[in-house]
This record gives sequence, C-alpha cells and structure tokens, in this order.
Amino acid sequence: MQKTSNAAELAAIARRMRREVIEMITEAKSGHPGGSLSATEIVVTLFFDVMRHDPSAPKWKDRDRFLLSKGHCCPIVYAVMAECGYSPKDQLNTLRKLGSIYQGHPDVRFLPALEASTGSLGEGLSLAIGIGLAARLNQSPSRTYVVLGDGEIQEGQIWEAAMFGAKYQLDNVCAVLDYNGIQLDGFVKDIMDLEPIEDKWRAFGWHVIKADGHSIPSLQKAFGEAAVTKDKPTIIIAHTIKGKGVSFMENNPKFHGMAPTREEAALALQELA
Amino acid sequence: MTPVRTKYELKLGAATREAFGKALAALGESNPNVVVLDADLSKSTYTAEFGKKFPERFFQCGIAEANMVAIGAGLATSGKIPFVSSFSAFVLNKGFEQLRVTAAFPRVNLKVVGTHSGISIGEDGPSQMSIEDISLACSLAGFVVVCPADEISMKKLVEASAAYDGPLFIRAGRAKAPVIYAPDQHFEIGRAIQLTDGGDVTLVATGLMVAESLRAAEALEGEGISARVIDVHTIKPLDREMIGLAAAETGAIVVAEEHLVDCGLGVRVAQAVAEAHPAAMEFVGIQNTYAESGPPDALLDKYGLRAANIAEAARRALKRKRP
Repeated sequence: MQKTSNAAELAAIARRMRREVIEMITEAKSGHPGGSLSATEIVVTLFFDVMRHDPSAPKWKDRDRFLLSKGHCCPIVYAVMAECGYSPKDQLNTLRKLGSIYQGHPDVRFLPALEASTGSLGEGLSLAIGIGLAARLNQSPSRTYVVLGDGEIQEGQIWEAAMFGAKYQLDNVCAVLDYNGIQLDGFVKDIMDLEPIEDKWRAFGWHVIKADGHSIPSLQKAFGEAAVTKDKPTIIIAHTIKGKGVSFMENNPKFHGMAPTREEAALALQELA
Repeated sequence: MTPVRTKYELKLGAATREAFGKALAALGESNPNVVVLDADLSKSTYTAEFGKKFPERFFQCGIAEANMVAIGAGLATSGKIPFVSSFSAFVLNKGFEQLRVTAAFPRVNLKVVGTHSGISIGEDGPSQMSIEDISLACSLAGFVVVCPADEISMKKLVEASAAYDGPLFIRAGRAKAPVIYAPDQHFEIGRAIQLTDGGDVTLVATGLMVAESLRAAEALEGEGISARVIDVHTIKPLDREMIGLAAAETGAIVVAEEHLVDCGLGVRVAQAVAEAHPAAMEFVGIQNTYAESGPPDALLDKYGLRAANIAEAARRALKRKRP
C-alpha cells in the first residue's frame, strides 16, 4: 500500500471509499451508511497516513492498532482495509452474506486482521486500553486508536474506561469521537445530550482536541498533537456530519441504519463521482 | 486414574479463594505474561498478594467490573494472560455482556475468577452470594468452567488454567474447605476424579459439596449402601465418559451443588445421563430462592446442602432405581 500525507490524495481516497460503502450496503440490502460516511476521513487518515502498520505483516507486534468501537460502521473499515491490502476487495460486495469475511459487525473469527470483535456499544474503549496497557508492558512504541460513536458514549462503561485510562496515564491510547449528532432513534441532543462534551472528558483527565472530522488537515493536526501528548490519553472530538457526501443522507436519522434503494444508491454514486 | 480411597480425613484447609491467591502469586513468578485485574476486592479475592509482588502487572480497576472484563480481553488480545477477579456475583453478573462479546465470542485467552460463590459466604447475605454463576459461565459458548473443591485442587487448576489457551472461569468459595486431595494429585481440565468406589449409587458433586458427598458416602456405607463419589472440578466441558459409566454401572445418581438446581451442574449431568444411560436422578442444591444472612454452617443446614441431605437424596434415588 502507498501511504501519503497529501491532503488532496487522502481526500480522493476518501471519496472512493464512500462509493465502496454505498455499493456494499446497497448490495447487502441492510447496514448503517450514515456512520460509515461520517467516519470516512477519520478512518482514511489513520490507515493511509497516521498509523504505523504493514498489511503484508498484519500481526507485526509493534504495529499501531485500530479499533472500531461503534462496530456497526464496519463498511468503511472493510473498504479501507481492503484498499490497504488486508483483505480481498472483490469480496466487499459479500458484506453481511452467509459465509462472508465481511460480517455485519466486526468479527475477528472471519477477518483475523481486525484487532477485536465489536458491535455491542461501549466496549471498545476498554479493549483499546487493555491493548495499550499490553503495549506499555511490552515496551512497544505501538499506539492504539479507537473510534467511538457519539450515542455510544451514553454507555456507562465508557466512563469507567475513561477513569482507568487517565489513572494509568495511557498516552499511547487515542480515542476519536465521531460526533455526528445522530443515533438510531433520532438526534443525540434529544435522546441523551452529551454536552458539555469537552468539559466532561477534561474532567475525566483526558487531553481533549477539537477537530473538523471531514477536514484531513484538521485531523492530521489533531493526531499529531495526540502523539506528542504525554501522561494522558487523548480524545479527539471530531465534529462530523452523518451521511456526509450524499445530500439526501446528510443529517438524516433515517440513514443511520437503513440501506439505500437501488435508485437512491445510483443518485448517491452520482454525487460521489 | 488415581486409585480410589474409601476413607477421607477431611481436615479443614484453606478457602479456595485463598488458595487461588497463593497459586496466582506463585504463577506470577514463573510466568511473566500473567497479569491480574481486580475491582476493589483484592483483599477478599486474595489477588492482593500478586499485586504486592508484581505491582507493575497488577491493575486496580476500581468498582467497575464491566470495564475490568473488557480491559482484560484487550490485554489477552495482545498476548497477555489476564486473570480478572471479583466476587462471582459481580464479575459475572455485571461483566456478563462484556464476557460474551469481548471474550467468549472472539475466544480470547481471558481467565475470570469469581470468589464468594454459593451461600457459604455467610453474613453478607444474598446480594453478595452467587448461586447462578455456573449457569452464566456455562452459557458462554467456548468457555471452560472450573470449580475446585479444596486448596490442592485450586492450586493445580490455577496452573492448568494458565496453561490452557482460551477463555475460562474459575469458581471459588469464601469458606474454609476440607482438604480432599494429596499434594501430588494430578488434575486435568475436563477429567473428573472418582474419589470412592461404589456400585449402588453415584454422588456427583462440585466445590464444597464434594466433601459433603464423601461424608454422605460414609453414612450410606453404614447402611450397606455403596456410593461412588465423583468430583466434577470441571463443569464444562463435562467428563461425560465418567458420568455415563457411573450411570450405567450404578443406575442411580445424585448431583450436589451450592447453586440453583434449575440451571447448574445437575442439569448438565442429567443431560449427559439422558444421552448415555438413563438412570434414577436426584438433585441437591438451592431450590428457586435466595438465601439470607447467617453463619455459613447454619445456612448450609437451613438450605439443605449437607451430607444428610445428599444421603437422603441417594435413598430416594435408590427407591426409583430400575431393577
């Protein structure tokens, strides 16, 4: 795989990945397009620029780790991992089908290059912290990145993990909050508001960085700051738009967990051409 | 197979939780990959001893069991051998969903230890007593479930658990437990141990109920009834071979456990017996209720978890045994 720090090149990859997401979910006839599209720049920037990893050696012990705590948004991760060379691109359209390596939620049994099986919300931050602790015990330079959904952090376990991460000063763990403001039943602010979100994480002892989750330079700057932050874990509050890139999906709770029809998909692919 | 004895002295030894803590601290010495997590009960689970010896490999999680389980799973993912420990009632009940998704289903090498199981914890009462942990742990697909009866079996099974690659639960008790085994006894995960010979009835037991079953066998012997006693120290996978043989040879089986009878060892044994060789069966355990505060011995008496209850169940089973 070819890594790059060039924002225009990364943006072009992101555009292609969005197309893959639409095609995969349309073919599967079910899935969660909105959160894959909001997390696209985050995942692309990590895999193609920030993380130290090698698809030809997926279990390299000092690799940086990526976890998708909001497991339902796996299509974007599958698309990116396939693009990197971890898994076959020509099977992306088997998403959610019987026997597919691309399961409905990330499953290490089917795709061993994943770091963890996720799908039950609220667990990924604890897993990332366990992996970060192991890296510290092994004196490994490995860093662990975990993408959290915004609705997801309504789970109490997230805050248990937040306290733990701060107590053990896990500066090798970096969480990214995909703050798109929408969850299954509607808008996060109506269902269980998270504000003041930055104050909450600061009060829990984390280094907080605000970023534009669709601006690659903004994300690059945030990841750079996280990497040099010592004695504290970092959370990047990435402000994003659910369904980003497809006009009729943007900020539309309907597309949290619904596949587009063939007609909608054709429109979406036109917009992403 | 170890030759069976007929007489057991059953001198009171250490609680299995204490034996666990000692074995864990010794394991830390020989295996640098062993790490331990506790949720503010390390003095009660006896993991504090490991923590004192190996502070860099001991993680105090605070009162947050769900988080502890998933952090343990993360450590296991990276090649460590984590033991996460708390009272059984807390680590399994509060961490269950995390055990299911982060440990069982990806099959990571996590060891879960629940102490204070059963009602013999005594005065703390039913909120702290785990009488459904066998059921919960057995319902995690791929988990091994171990329940040692005494300090020797705990020590050996902690060692075997660390050597085993996969998710595993160890059930431990608070009360001092009678010593059954000699220090050189061999233990293998999944292989039950026959403690006495007997052709009339089989007493299948786990944990504290093994010693009670030995006492029951002695009482039955006085009545001319010869009882075979089997220690099921591994509840899952169950030693179906030994149980099937006992069903065929004795035709009557009593299962005794410090657990709800609706969903513990008894139902697992009954399933094995039904498949292998149907026999008359009786079940000694907690009957669809929660216990209460009180001295451990008084509780075991009141809730029918004594040798006398097991012997009585054996007599009932014998009456129904097919000629």
